[in-house]
Amino acid sequence: MSNEDNLIVDAATRIFQDMSDPGVINAAEAGEWPTDLWNTLEESGLTLAWGDEALGGAGVDMLDGFALLKTAGRFSVPAPMADTLLAAWMLSHAKLQMPTGPMTVAPTQADARIAISGAGVLTGTARHIPFGRNAEHIAVLARDDDKAVVALVKRADCAIRENINLAGEPADEVSFDGAKAVATAPAPDGLDEAALVAMGAAVRSMQMAGGLEKILDQSVQYSLERSQFGRPIGKFQAVQHGLAELAGEAAAAGAAADAAAEAVSRTSGLGTGALAEIAAAKTRVGEAATRGAAIAHQTHGAMGFTYEHSLHHATRRLWAWRDEFGNESHWAIMLGRVVAARGADELWPFVTGD
Amino acid sequence: MSSNAFSFPDVEFTPELKALQQEVRDFLAAEKASGGFVPVADGWGFGVDLEFSRKLGQKGWLGMTWPKQYGGHERSSMERYVVTEELLAAGAPVSAHWVADRQSGPMILKNGTEEQKKTILPRIAAGECHFAIGMSEPGSGSDLASLRTTATKVDGGYKINGTKIWSSGAHFCHYMIATVRTGGTRDEKNRHEGLSQFLIDLSIPGIEIRGIKNMAGDEHFNETHFTDAFVPDDCLLGEEGDGWHQVTSELGLERSGPERFLSSAIVLTEAARKIGNEPDDREALMLGQSVARLKSLRRMSLGVSGLLQEGGSPTVEAALVKDIGTRYESTLLNDIRQVQPTEPLGQSTDDFARTMAEGLLRVPSSTIRGGTNEVLRGIVARQLGLR
Repeated sequence: MSNEDNLIVDAATRIFQDMSDPGVINAAEAGEWPTDLWNTLEESGLTLAWGDEALGGAGVDMLDGFALLKTAGRFSVPAPMADTLLAAWMLSHAKLQMPTGPMTVAPTQADARIAISGAGVLTGTARHIPFGRNAEHIAVLARDDDKAVVALVKRADCAIRENINLAGEPADEVSFDGAKAVATAPAPDGLDEAALVAMGAAVRSMQMAGGLEKILDQSVQYSLERSQFGRPIGKFQAVQHGLAELAGEAAAAGAAADAAAEAVSRTSGLGTGALAEIAAAKTRVGEAATRGAAIAHQTHGAMGFTYEHSLHHATRRLWAWRDEFGNESHWAIMLGRVVAARGADELWPFVTGD
Repeated sequence: MSSNAFSFPDVEFTPELKALQQEVRDFLAAEKASGGFVPVADGWGFGVDLEFSRKLGQKGWLGMTWPKQYGGHERSSMERYVVTEELLAAGAPVSAHWVADRQSGPMILKNGTEEQKKTILPRIAAGECHFAIGMSEPGSGSDLASLRTTATKVDGGYKINGTKIWSSGAHFCHYMIATVRTGGTRDEKNRHEGLSQFLIDLSIPGIEIRGIKNMAGDEHFNETHFTDAFVPDDCLLGEEGDGWHQVTSELGLERSGPERFLSSAIVLTEAARKIGNEPDDREALMLGQSVARLKSLRRMSLGVSGLLQEGGSPTVEAALVKDIGTRYESTLLNDIRQVQPTEPLGQSTDDFARTMAEGLLRVPSSTIRGGTNEVLRGIVARQLGLR
């Protein structure tokens, strides 16, 4: 997947450059909704990129949507862009009409269950819902007995207990008790809680790949601007080697996230066909986030530890996102079990994607 | 802000490539079953089996990308990639021909005379002619341009004097491509000038090869001493004085392949066999992390191969993959040890214990050979605009 020659990425980059600057990101953390940014994104159709055109979405193909998410990750976009894309993906598969406005999804853990009655009334609480308080609608994967149902719920009908992740992004607890869905449809085969969480992991992996590119650029630039002992610190070999390692981690993360995006694109994110690539990506990108953010901070010294410097916009998101939709060890253990079950002689063919 | 991020093109596996992959897998399974080879850790670095190399030549899997008129098979670099990665993953003993197939042959193809191409390339492709690398010297390792070995012009040829070191397999190899000084000086300003490459027949008078036993017990690399060794004019490879440029591109070939992260793949496979189908959480974690790292490395490495196929020279991308790949190799064996605490015994008939022992004793070379990780990071840092 290339970042170049992509009209959607170009359009998004222009919007983010203008409207997702450090001031807007800080204001969002302080609780101020980025109205201009969101309205512009929505008017350009980017927020419903993964929505089926016939259902009111923008009908962008999955890979372009992922390229968009990488760009959003680069700019630490302080709005539920990724989460609205996820919701639109869910609604499209359930053939439900897209609402306008910000959306998010629930649940975000594979073992969580939210119940729905035949009359469309929900019961249950979902924790760690990204941008829960900001969403106008929540796309919920609910269970009517054993049957998986996609339900579109108004946030105003739910009770929110606010919380935040490490980046200061809303990560709220949402109680659905008594809320009546505004629309429901049976989930298609292959769309269940596990598939939703896997899709979330693929999305976060791509956002993190973008974040790693950002902190590489920031660190290289800072190391050339900051002088000590009479020369830019980037001229010191110890600093150079750290930055070379960061470049490697960013490249590895990009490769892993791309592989997951392509696998998702082949399967539309349904079923388990993309699971191995997603598990590998969330594992590897999470590792890269840990090592990469540490190098970026070491390079920036005390300056990068201040709130005033914008480095933390990306690094705190990397730390938050590596834990969302399953952390590295969650996915590595899952992947390891798949590898072991196939047996030793199938390990290498598995690596090559067979 | 311009982006410093490296990107690697995605490479699609065509049905033809998949068919070739299966053909190699079937061949290796049959060879292994019939005792044709015993898997070894770091088989590309240390697994010498002249008969096995010949078999690969007969299969058409050496010199794969070269023109047919020189014994090659005119296949794509992706097809070569598929064959080499399968050999590596299986721990096949491919060390004898590795250097000739990977870098010496392509160097001759690019810079050699018609005569050199016609006489040597078909023998490499047949798996019957092996090459040693002649770069490092006792006083010149990472700082290659400081080399001292000289070639002095005499009537009809050159006289070579000096010592090359760490030349793997020089004791059974037929040729060495040696980078030597034909002019210039070793001072800071002119050190890259006056270097030239020679194709040296290792059986000529004036050459003495002394083995250096490594700490793993392998009789593998050598010191090669040249004392007034006469080589005729037609042994010059490429242009006189163009040696630095040539050796840099040779290093590009040396660094760009999947061997930089697959040396210990066989140990991971044997560890998975020990662990069995129902791992506990720690075992599953190790397997999952290792496979995740391996998959991303392979994708990047395929991207490097894709760039080569397009005619590019992905020096920096290759350095990046080699840096991450060799670090992965170094941690892999330790990660395996933590969950599968078999005492690694070199004499063991148990494949896991034996390959683990081979791997542990050989892995220190991973982050040194072909350019230390410090040198590689310097290359990446230059690309980032830091040097």
